[in-house]
Amino acid sequence: MDAVLFWTFALIAVACAVNLIWQRHPIASAISLIGVMGSLAVLYLLLGAEFIAAVQVIIYAGAIMVLFVFVIMLLNAGREERTPGSRLARYLGLPLLATLVIQMGYLVARPTRLSERVELGSFATSTKQIGRELFGRYLLPFEVTSILILAAIVGAVALARRQDPAEGAGEPGEKESA
Amino acid sequence: MPFLLLALVKAGVLMALLLLTLLYIQWVERKVIARIQRRWGPHRVGPHGLLQPLADTLKLLTKEDLVPPHAHKFLFLLAPFLAVSLALLSIAVIPFGEEIEVFGQRTPLQLTDLNIGPLFILAVTSLGVYGITLGGWASNNKYSLFGALRSAAQMISYELSLSLGVVGALLLSGSLSLREIVDAQAGFSFGFLPRWNVFQGPWPQWAGFLVYLTAAFAETNRAPFDLPEAETELVAGFHTEYSSMKFAMFFMAEYANMITVACLATVLFLGGWHPPLPESWGVQFAPALAGAAVAALLWYHSSGAAPGKQRWSMQAGAAAAALGGAAFLWPGTRAVFSPLFWFAAKSGFLLFFYIWVRATLPRFRYDQLMNFGWKVLFPAGMANALATGLMVALFG
Repeated sequence: MDAVLFWTFALIAVACAVNLIWQRHPIASAISLIGVMGSLAVLYLLLGAEFIAAVQVIIYAGAIMVLFVFVIMLLNAGREERTPGSRLARYLGLPLLATLVIQMGYLVARPTRLSERVELGSFATSTKQIGRELFGRYLLPFEVTSILILAAIVGAVALARRQDPAEGAGEPGEKESA
Repeated sequence: MPFLLLALVKAGVLMALLLLTLLYIQWVERKVIARIQRRWGPHRVGPHGLLQPLADTLKLLTKEDLVPPHAHKFLFLLAPFLAVSLALLSIAVIPFGEEIEVFGQRTPLQLTDLNIGPLFILAVTSLGVYGITLGGWASNNKYSLFGALRSAAQMISYELSLSLGVVGALLLSGSLSLREIVDAQAGFSFGFLPRWNVFQGPWPQWAGFLVYLTAAFAETNRAPFDLPEAETELVAGFHTEYSSMKFAMFFMAEYANMITVACLATVLFLGGWHPPLPESWGVQFAPALAGAAVAALLWYHSSGAAPGKQRWSMQAGAAAAALGGAAFLWPGTRAVFSPLFWFAAKSGFLLFFYIWVRATLPRFRYDQLMNFGWKVLFPAGMANALATGLMVALFG
């Protein structure tokens, strides 16, 4: 049962990822990406990581992708035109792909020691355990990440508010809020 | 095998009840709003217009199903299915009552008890926006597109406040299983005050409850936050181009979402199926009394009504209410149905509150909506979550 579900959703994830690149319409690509996120969430569920699965859906599929779709709709982006592709991609693409396939093949075919394999239940999955790890052992990385995100938000706001001096005085009431 | 059979039966019963409620909550809404505006509301089809929902369904089923030219056909068809299936999905984790015994099988009155119940509901709700957004975009109509954009922006903004409102209740209960959250709210402090999360120390969640309730109005696109379908500006917003059953699906999704948020509010803040007063105060007779009161009221009105259809149906209603109330006098029925009664009463009141607000408040302007969401509701939710965390850490 587990294996059936794993292969089903792994195949859906890969198919959606291929479709994401294949499609020429940005909305169709965005929806394929949502499909990838959704099937990843199911794979997390299969590993027993319910919290991660829920967070994956809430944050990636439910918030970030909604913003993507929102921006695509707001700009009313149409179909992309196929370009012949850059010379770099033409000459380096196939060799790089081959390297990647060989690397992955090696990793899969290599005899694994049992200790390296991820087993169901061998790692923290419950919400309580994740909370303890996050705010105990990994507190510093966690806080550093949040400061990084805060800096990104402030930077985005600063970029959005920057006025072109040629355009004039800007909106009324800007001074007191700036 | 009994497990599978039981699960199927429970899913079937729950689905039937949910669809029946969806059908009739529209009748209730039209009646209540009509009464608030001193009108009659639907009263031609059947006694008191009770068959109006069926007539509406028939009408919608037989209407022509249009797909506008230049619409994105696949997404146009997908969107209403997405909206309604996601809306119906989240009811699966709501616990309605304690364990009961059916044909020798003990089973909780809940489809499935996830370890992450509230997160599951938040995840499903956060996906629900795609139904509206994609439907509006795929219609290839400027009004639909504006409705879609508004709904995407609005739902992202208010989802945060909704989650922050939920966080306080979760902190107090110390669990992510909805059943355990309800169990944590059993009992009374000072002998009479129920230990519901809105009253429970060390930090009563009334502020969190208000934040949740307000954000829930926006999440379900209900007035006064129904900007995605503001008919004075956008014709009908995201569902302008939809007709027939596909329009009905958006309609159903809205009401199903309303029911879900009302049930979740009952579970998280109002103590689920636990009664509001201790048994020593005679609260176990409240359902019987309520039945008797409804029966008396209906009988009184039937005596004033003109003879004919209306009088006959009111008397039948009075008899049914009296019988239902009398059934609660028998301890066997009481044990099973009292929790359901209290759950239905609390969720029903919240649903009535939704309708009441719709009939009372005018619609927000779009910039007011965004300012309110980000500058009032979000900080309030954040402050409440921080205060709850602090109090639970100090005194919990």
